[in-house]
Amino acid sequence: MDINNIKSQFPILSKMVNGKKLVYLDSSNSAQKPISVLKALDNFYKNEFSNIGRSIHALAVNATNKFEETRVNAKNFINANSKDEIIFTKNATEAINLVANTFGKQNIKKGDEIIITELEHHSNYVPWHYLRETYGAIIKFAPINDDGDIIISKFKDLITTKTKIIAVTHLSNVTGTIVPIKEIVEIARKKNIPVLVDGCQSAPHIKIDVKDLDCDFYVISCHKVYGPTGVGILYAKKKWLEKLPPYIGGGGMISEVKKDKITYAPLPEKYEAGTMPTAEVIAFNESIKFMESVGMENIMKHEQELTNYTLEKMKRINSVNIVGNPKNKAGVISFTIKGIHPHDISTIVDEEGVAIRAGHHCCQILHERLNLSATARASIGIYNNKEDIDILCDAIEKCRKVFELK
Amino acid sequence: MDLKELYQDIILEHGKSPRNFGKCEKHTHQAKGYNPLCGDQVHIYLKLNDEKKVENLTFEGSGCAISIASTSIMTELVKGKNLNITKKIIEAFMNMIKNTDEIKSKELNDEQKTKIMSLSGVQQYPMRVKCATLAWHTLISALDGKEKTVNTEINES
Repeated sequence: MDINNIKSQFPILSKMVNGKKLVYLDSSNSAQKPISVLKALDNFYKNEFSNIGRSIHALAVNATNKFEETRVNAKNFINANSKDEIIFTKNATEAINLVANTFGKQNIKKGDEIIITELEHHSNYVPWHYLRETYGAIIKFAPINDDGDIIISKFKDLITTKTKIIAVTHLSNVTGTIVPIKEIVEIARKKNIPVLVDGCQSAPHIKIDVKDLDCDFYVISCHKVYGPTGVGILYAKKKWLEKLPPYIGGGGMISEVKKDKITYAPLPEKYEAGTMPTAEVIAFNESIKFMESVGMENIMKHEQELTNYTLEKMKRINSVNIVGNPKNKAGVISFTIKGIHPHDISTIVDEEGVAIRAGHHCCQILHERLNLSATARASIGIYNNKEDIDILCDAIEKCRKVFELK
Repeated sequence: MDLKELYQDIILEHGKSPRNFGKCEKHTHQAKGYNPLCGDQVHIYLKLNDEKKVENLTFEGSGCAISIASTSIMTELVKGKNLNITKKIIEAFMNMIKNTDEIKSKELNDEQKTKIMSLSGVQQYPMRVKCATLAWHTLISALDGKEKTVNTEINES
């Protein structure tokens, strides 16, 4: 695979930052966009703009067709059964809120239990916390070990007859842990408990097959999958989308509106009220095409190799500590340096053109569990190569020099 | 911008070996500060005596070099001063960090001014200004007797 060719498809990666060539290692936060996605956005607004699903003129028909084309390709991308199981949302956070809100309304009563894990991003905790506040639900956290792996036996022990739903990440945005979703779903299936999977970090990096995983809900953040901001995807088994009530009310999600009665649109429109991020959804189709042109197998192989290279190289730097050592680790490398706060690391490497993230990465529960107030995080995208990692490591050496570490 | 302007020796030294670290006995004022963006936390303890003089000023907490150094330097500067002068020092610091490279304060001697000025490098790093100001906002909160934790994302003025 020719990484230089891939890199050249991302215009921003040839830019200079602080006088240095940009080394972008913050893809877990948000990924950069290939030129095809940028062109699609530009082209739609310049030549094809119209709202979708309402008017019947030529532009509207074309926009509607393109919008639906993304839905079909998104369905294929994650191997869903039907395009009606693909709901576009504002972001993955909204997708989780949609499920928590509608599922909660229908199924959660005082004392009912929701299981999440210590790995979760705040966006897969706060929406469930609302159910705790509103209905008196109980949230249980499946514990992790020091390596950052969920302790499956302890997770099993948390399940009771009151467990109503399980929500778990597919890939930790701090430790890079790839969670054994199939195993978790199998356990849940035996007790007839639905499972929501937060796929924000996994979708750009590993092959997603919702049929094989057999989860009930799967959420994706499109801007992390080399797509535009403003779009998330909720995959849900059709039976749930048919059974659960609508979420946001307004135009586009209705069938018939009378003074005394309203009926709702069929799927997927039932969950897509108001004008959607039309250009962004249409441009996201190009992100899927980009991923497919590189090939998921190639992406996984390249990123695994680069992750191993990064880990080996970083471990050799004195006083660097890698956070977590999970059985299966993706290219999310959080680290600390004894004697230098992550924010200082981030500022210093930024001077070298290296973009990483520092803080708790929206995972305060996990940081507390690991006894850390903050970490620095380098996260890999398809466009990164060994040279980027070498520059990162040189920049880390510079941190040590500035802070006069031995 | 040279990193050395941000990470001056005095900052690194205070960051590594902060002064007045710990909880002070019989404090009359205290307040907590928190920066949710980076997780920096500070707890300020202040003992004001009957003559309205800051008899002791200490802190506990964790944070980056800028935040720890700024807090440490603040305690050194304010400790032993009376309340009016303390308020003037705070004002001088806040003005310096936001507006100018100079510090205008009759109450401070040259050495003290140099210490405060060592923090002026953050002006070039807008994302780091809150690191430097957290402790100072928290000190104001302690003096005002506010119970609520200072939050850089809510209370920043």
